[in-house]
Amino acid sequence: MRITQGTFSYLPDLTDDEITAQLQYALDQGWPMSVEFTDDPHPRNTYWEMWGLPMFDIRDAAGVMHEISECRKAYPGRYIRVSAYDASKGRQTTALSFIVNRPADEPGFRLDRQEVSDRRIRYTTHAYATDRPAGDRYSSS
Amino acid sequence: MSDRWNAGVIPYAEMGYWQPDYEPKDTDVLAAFRLVAQPGVPPEEAGAAVAGESSTATWTVVWTDRLTDYETYQAKCYAVEPVPGQPDQFIAKIAYDLDLFEEGSIANLTSSIIGNVFGFKALKSLRLEDMRIPTHYVKTFQGPAHGIVMEREYLNKYGRPLLGATTKPKLGLSARNYGRVVYEALRGGLDFTKDDENINSQPFMRWRDRFLFTMEAVNRAQAETGEIKGHYLNVTGATMEDMYERADFAKELGSIVVMIDLTVGYTAIQSMAKWARKNGVLLHLHRAGHGTYTRQKNHGVNFRVIAKWMRLAGVDHIHAGTVVGKLEGDPNAVAGYYDTLRLDHVPADPVKGLYFDQDWASMAATMPVASGGIHAGQMHQLLDHLGEDVILQFGGGTIGHPMGIAAGATANRVALEAMIKARNEGRDFLHEGPDILQAAAKHCRELDVALSTWGDITFNYESTDTPDVLATPTGL
Repeated sequence: MRITQGTFSYLPDLTDDEITAQLQYALDQGWPMSVEFTDDPHPRNTYWEMWGLPMFDIRDAAGVMHEISECRKAYPGRYIRVSAYDASKGRQTTALSFIVNRPADEPGFRLDRQEVSDRRIRYTTHAYATDRPAGDRYSSS
Repeated sequence: MSDRWNAGVIPYAEMGYWQPDYEPKDTDVLAAFRLVAQPGVPPEEAGAAVAGESSTATWTVVWTDRLTDYETYQAKCYAVEPVPGQPDQFIAKIAYDLDLFEEGSIANLTSSIIGNVFGFKALKSLRLEDMRIPTHYVKTFQGPAHGIVMEREYLNKYGRPLLGATTKPKLGLSARNYGRVVYEALRGGLDFTKDDENINSQPFMRWRDRFLFTMEAVNRAQAETGEIKGHYLNVTGATMEDMYERADFAKELGSIVVMIDLTVGYTAIQSMAKWARKNGVLLHLHRAGHGTYTRQKNHGVNFRVIAKWMRLAGVDHIHAGTVVGKLEGDPNAVAGYYDTLRLDHVPADPVKGLYFDQDWASMAATMPVASGGIHAGQMHQLLDHLGEDVILQFGGGTIGHPMGIAAGATANRVALEAMIKARNEGRDFLHEGPDILQAAAKHCRELDVALSTWGDITFNYESTDTPDVLATPTGL
């Protein structure tokens, strides 16, 4: 399967040139960028690991692209996302966020059902990858 | 002593309701009414009558006014302006003292402002065009249970409009079949699916069965995609007790969103907004019934006022027009509704039909929903008119796809992401839109089929409700 989190998951994977264009758009809005990675793709896993601090002072897409490349070298088999942050009053939230690296094989999720009374079911979304210890979940991760 | 207190009937204007020199206070509630007076009634008198009948006045002088500080409680009509090109229409601006209204109550506010006065015989017709709610009053309302920012953080979806669809046919499906539509649409790429306004609990599908099958569908689609999904479960019912029962069950099943209809009434909406904040569930509002009083230009309540009241009342989503779809919506007027729902400071703008500055004092924003006769081939126009903080709902445009519901959903999602990507790349996406969509369709057969099915469908009728001031022609 292919997890479809992030702004552009239904398009073919963006090339580095296409990523650069998106980064430049975000930087032009005054949004600092950050790079994060994970091997836990659960849709409610909010806190991916930070690849350094948010790049508040980098104004050039090439600088951000460099960090993405370094993160890919260190964690080629993990999910990596780049996010733009809008710190303006009334927003103070992520403005754009998309995946720039994914594991070669994405095993996906199992849906666990706990049957309780009155036909109710309690659902749990379970990532197959997280059956293995963190750091050992995807090949070459 | 003046004649003001002689028993009998005197013009409203002479009772203090017409005060052309009055300067509205920062704390006043302001209203702009479009009025057409009966023959022989001067516009100032008509404006004064509206001020009187929507505040303290009755038809005759009453001595008991003198037991009060009546000059505070009288509403003041402070301006009457002719409407260009409409010789019998005037805009009357009226100021109301803050003390006239109960804190945090839409019901109380509206019982004055759109109460008896709309049936007043001396007026042929009356329309509430806009209101300025002072921040002193804004701060007494809860506002959206969660708001746009919290919703996006909760859903983990940024940088693009959200996508939805209403289950069709809107009536008649069994709960099991209904859940199938939900599952297919969500797994194909939509973020939300939706009950329609008139799906409550009917003989062909009782509410509890719908909730159970729908949540199976939502959770299956979530596991299939690794993305958070939701279905607006309509908890509208005959009584508040019914609605709480349904909403509590939706929450217990793990639904992230419930919905209500505008027909439940302002007080029930405010109650559900409190429930939604307390329980961490998003609240969707379907504006069922609004067209009966918002659409005609000379009588009723403009939708921008309803939008303002609903943001105060505390809904997270409200249907607010598509511009390009099958339902009424002049482009500039719709832009005014969207501003009212989304901005923190909304400047007066006659072109958008906004009569007053409105300051929201950091109240959370309500997500507008565009629904009704829209399809993937209009994506560039939708993004241009409606922007990014909006839910685009393609009901027929998802479920009617020749390759199936999931394919329809995928087509919409690919079209949307391709358009956002092109916009961010600096392309003139409005004019290059059809090319951008065709290029995206080369790697997505679902989109290709959608474009050849609906590509040139438009609903190009003249709007009945347009602002008086036109910067440029607003037809499409």
